[in-house]
Amino acid sequence: MIGQVFSWLTDSAHWTDTPIDTGIATQLLAHIRFSLIAVGIAAAIALPLGLLIGHTRRATFLVAGANALRSLPSVGLLVLLTVLIAPHFYGRTDIGYVIPTEIVLVLLAVPPILSNTYAGVDNVSPAVTDAAKGMGMTERQILFGVELPCSLPLIFSGLRSATLQVIATATIASFVPLGGLGRFIYDGLQQQDYPQMISGGVLVAALAMAADLLLALIQRSVVSRGLSGRFSRAVVVTSTSERTEVEAG
Amino acid sequence: MIRFESATKQYPDGTLAVDALDLVAPSGQITVLVGPSGCGKTTSLRMINRMIDATSGRILLDDQDVASVDPARLRRGIGYVIQHAGLFPHRTIIDNIASVPLMLGRSKKEARAGAMELLERVGLDPRFAQRYPAQLSGGQQQRVGVARALAADPPVMLMDEPFSAVDPVVREQLQDEFLRLQSDLGKTIVFVTHDIDEAIKLGDQVAVLRVGGRLAQMATPAELLSNPVDDFVANFVGRDRGYRALGFESVTALPLESEPTVSLDSSFTAAEKAAVDGWVLVLDGERRPQGWLAVADGPSATGDTISTATLRRGGTVAERDGTYRAVLDAALSSPTGRGVIVGPDGTFAGTINASRVVALIEARAEAPR
Repeated sequence: MIGQVFSWLTDSAHWTDTPIDTGIATQLLAHIRFSLIAVGIAAAIALPLGLLIGHTRRATFLVAGANALRSLPSVGLLVLLTVLIAPHFYGRTDIGYVIPTEIVLVLLAVPPILSNTYAGVDNVSPAVTDAAKGMGMTERQILFGVELPCSLPLIFSGLRSATLQVIATATIASFVPLGGLGRFIYDGLQQQDYPQMISGGVLVAALAMAADLLLALIQRSVVSRGLSGRFSRAVVVTSTSERTEVEAG
Repeated sequence: MIRFESATKQYPDGTLAVDALDLVAPSGQITVLVGPSGCGKTTSLRMINRMIDATSGRILLDDQDVASVDPARLRRGIGYVIQHAGLFPHRTIIDNIASVPLMLGRSKKEARAGAMELLERVGLDPRFAQRYPAQLSGGQQQRVGVARALAADPPVMLMDEPFSAVDPVVREQLQDEFLRLQSDLGKTIVFVTHDIDEAIKLGDQVAVLRVGGRLAQMATPAELLSNPVDDFVANFVGRDRGYRALGFESVTALPLESEPTVSLDSSFTAAEKAAVDGWVLVLDGERRPQGWLAVADGPSATGDTISTATLRRGGTVAERDGTYRAVLDAALSSPTGRGVIVGPDGTFAGTINASRVVALIEARAEAPR
């Protein structure tokens, strides 16, 4: 079976589009597009909201409320929204399917980003914000100069878990007639072409890992070393004027 | 100069945190606010830089009502040091110190140069500059906190229990250096602490506050000790004072009792024979005290030997030329009432009981000076 999956994936005919079938390359791009739009919209909603709730400590019920959204069944919601929305769009456009799909994915991505952003700001030591205020920082300076940078590790972990979930769940776009890597899974299932089905799953997993790796790299460059703990530990002082610092990591 | 004019802070539920406080903190001096928790000392401090706004009365900073100044601008001109330093974890030490100068619009180069100077001034090696707060110990962080508050060279410093969270040895160092720094800088400092010893040590004047936010007494440390204005102040100032003072006086010619001892490898029968009042002191091979053996505990399970598991090791051990406090503590903490005294090399010298120590202390008090 592994050999069949491997040969399915390495068959160049599967990667390019034909008049009948859409190839892996195109579906991969479609999958990435669905996911990017969903995570982008979710971040645009959840990041500012989480920062604001964390900074003001007001309306914290919104965080719990958003977490409740996680329990919604994605496929069921997708079907419901499609039935409600799709009939309003006619003609040669798939926008009537894209909107319900993106709504489902955004609802999935908002809770982890929102709750992690909130937790990140909430976790900033009160001594730090007190000192910031006491030295004359304005609320805006405290939020963007202290609370936001200090929350970045948690914000990134929220973004990463949202991205993973969205990439995995974006396969349901193929449940309504849209593309994406889910196409191979649903088609493979229908046609009892299991190498194709498993290949679809493998591609989704590979994409998720690649996205996570990319985000991890961005996190590494954005988050202060003072927070991530990646600083030199071994310091050798040979004399007062001559110092050798050994960088670790 | 900072002047409180019947400054009051009342919370919406009616609690009075600070009740009509009148107080003057003179320029160039350290004014310590001290009192039990709930006395409003921190609230009073935070009213100066408007972290908390007074509900009535006013606070004048060099004859200007602080309520008339924009809070952020006011605070940039006042150094602020708090208990856990509150350093920015995402910024290097040098950038932490440069925070306020940068906010005030100074160039990065200028701010960093000033920060480097301050780093050395508070006794930190320049190589700390590029480190992060997480790499520093609590005492080092607190030094950076002081440097950060000094960076814009504010005439006024507010310090809220800045040395409370570090261990006693480091605290003493920080206090000494703080006093040395202040003798150079001559800032107007308001300093909050719950520790009367710290207040006495650091304050040019000490304001004792009582619960409910009322000023009990404002005086110099010496006056406070010799002439407390009422029972509250006397109690607060005098708490443990006699006992603590013993920690500064060394004993001389301690009259020690001899005490039968056994070594760890001797038999239980021998120990039982040597015991006085059912207790015998056990020493190791180098005659260092290990603990008291209670004969009632019996021999070890393996035979006629001393069981190390049942040794009572709770008592403190004092040196023969230690302080009265250490000697008295050794006597009080010993399960037998006989305090274990050792020589300078840690070997057993003898025992002394508490009543003998107290007699020594009394004799010392009665002796003409």
